[in-house]
Amino acid sequence: MSQYVLRRLLIAIPSLLGISAVLFFVLALAPGDPFSELATNPNVPPEVQAALRARFGLDDPIYLRYLHWLSAMAHGDWGFSFVSRMDVDRLILQRLPATLYVIGSAQVLALLIAIPVGVYAATKPYSLFDQIANTLAFIGFSLPTFFTGLLFILIFSVTLDWLPFVYTTDIKATGIRWVLEMIRQAIMPVAVLGLFQAASMTRFVRSAMLDVIRLDYVTTARAKGLGQAKVIVKHVMRNAMIPVVTLIALQMPAVFGGAIVTEQIFRIPGIGSLLISSILSNDTPVVMAVTFVFACLVVLFNLIADVLYGWLDPRISLR
Amino acid sequence: MVPLLEIKGLKTHFSTDDGILQAVDGVDITINKGETLCVVGESGCGKTVTAMSILKLIAMPPGRIAAGEIIFEGRDLVPLTSKQLDDIRAKEIGFIFQEPMTSLNPVLTVGEQIAESLRRHENVTRRQALERTIEMLKLVQIPNAEGRVHNYPHQFSGGMRQRVMIAMALACKPKLIIADEPTTALDVTIQAQILDLLQDMKERFGMAVMLITHAMGVVAETAQRVVVMYAGKVVEEAGVDALFADPRHPYTQGLIRSIPRIDLDSEHKTRLEAIGGSVPILINPPVGCRFAPRCKFAMNVCTEKEPLLRVIAPGHRMACHLGDPQSGGAA
Repeated sequence: MSQYVLRRLLIAIPSLLGISAVLFFVLALAPGDPFSELATNPNVPPEVQAALRARFGLDDPIYLRYLHWLSAMAHGDWGFSFVSRMDVDRLILQRLPATLYVIGSAQVLALLIAIPVGVYAATKPYSLFDQIANTLAFIGFSLPTFFTGLLFILIFSVTLDWLPFVYTTDIKATGIRWVLEMIRQAIMPVAVLGLFQAASMTRFVRSAMLDVIRLDYVTTARAKGLGQAKVIVKHVMRNAMIPVVTLIALQMPAVFGGAIVTEQIFRIPGIGSLLISSILSNDTPVVMAVTFVFACLVVLFNLIADVLYGWLDPRISLR
Repeated sequence: MVPLLEIKGLKTHFSTDDGILQAVDGVDITINKGETLCVVGESGCGKTVTAMSILKLIAMPPGRIAAGEIIFEGRDLVPLTSKQLDDIRAKEIGFIFQEPMTSLNPVLTVGEQIAESLRRHENVTRRQALERTIEMLKLVQIPNAEGRVHNYPHQFSGGMRQRVMIAMALACKPKLIIADEPTTALDVTIQAQILDLLQDMKERFGMAVMLITHAMGVVAETAQRVVVMYAGKVVEEAGVDALFADPRHPYTQGLIRSIPRIDLDSEHKTRLEAIGGSVPILINPPVGCRFAPRCKFAMNVCTEKEPLLRVIAPGHRMACHLGDPQSGGAA
């Protein structure tokens, strides 16, 4: 098992190198760089500009710049954000808690809704409950988060004035008030993202359950007189959750990506909004680092999905 | 003899998009204590649905027991809820299914799957359940039972899995075992072993067996009494010797004639006779005898009036207009 994980991690190195190379070259091809701002600033003489560009190696051939970036990364130097005037790794660490808090809660909410609803709907297919759950799920994943987000803001902040619509990291309160305020401002983004996730996941859980529920071994379990609840949980769910767990693991990086829109709408100072603002301000080192982190997450969660799969299904042995 | 299980006028219907499918349409079957009863017939004639209806293991909906009584030890099972039946399932009536490959849960060890039945019905600790599970595995001749109990189904061959199924069905020492084509999915050599094992277990525990099969060879080897089903109805019922010596229903005759025989010398060997056509689809079945379209002896009355089961000799019943004075059919 540990050998398998080690081998997979070793295989991941060339793919990550490839991804970083493609990212780097694409960003280099894009118009603008961190110093384009200086070019329009009349206070900076052209010769100073040229000296700065030369010092930071911006006029070097592209492959040389990539190798520089790579060796710096290997040494733990993620680069410097020219816009925020701080190290990229510090910047990312600063933004990470907000993202993890909101996205993590949304994912938990999605699971708390999707698993019970999907399981119950599958045990009574085509019942009233199932029909309602299906319809709501269909509506849920048909509505994009930027629409539901604005709708929520309009209803709960503007009209009803129950919840704040701008997320702040510097809440002026302490103790229990601070905790309550943190929860209050996260309600809308978590609900928007969580319900969206829950909608597609519910349908997936339901169909995974229905695939298993008609199998022979479920009849065998019923013939043992185990009772409906035990048959469903021990025999059906245990099997149906194998693809669900895999899907959730594979979705994790995509959730970070999908959160970009939600973070923008609610002004959450997380990784997603960091990426957007650094793209807009040509802050290449940050863009490079954040996209590279996403790439690492994709590779990592693929590995986690495979390991989980092998752990949940005894027929699969990882060698 | 006291009947252990009496099925009277059982009708199991399924609602489909095309109408109501009358999979089982008025079946009477009696099983006595300690006897082996074979139910034979082609695929799709309602054998499995009859068996599954006893413990309500059919999917409901779309399935439904439309009429009839299923009396087990003096108690009608039809009005019971699934929850009430849970006390009878595995404890009083054990089930062995056709496909050992798919009838075991792939993510649980075989030991766990046998033990959960014991833990449900008998007041045993986890350790006692494990010990009895190992005992059962030894009984069905699984080598190295102590080690194998912790293995998963995919680590067993088809024959071994069917042994596990038998161990599971026998774990709570039920009074009746229903085996739904237990050997159909297995190799011929393994088939004989499994039938022997089943016979052994039956004698050891003194239980009754309802064996569903479409192989007349299996019937000849194991049964005491035979029920022949066709298109959701019982067409003939007799002791095994009487049935093979003197089959009366044209369908039974056809089934017996379609068995390859090794005991005839070459000049008597003829081509095997098959019954032409196939089982009708049981949505809006035709009036009269359901076998009439495929029957060599079909008369006018056969497509007009349904033949009823009648006693033609002690312990021998059949449903055919042939030789029935009331139907005016010639013998």
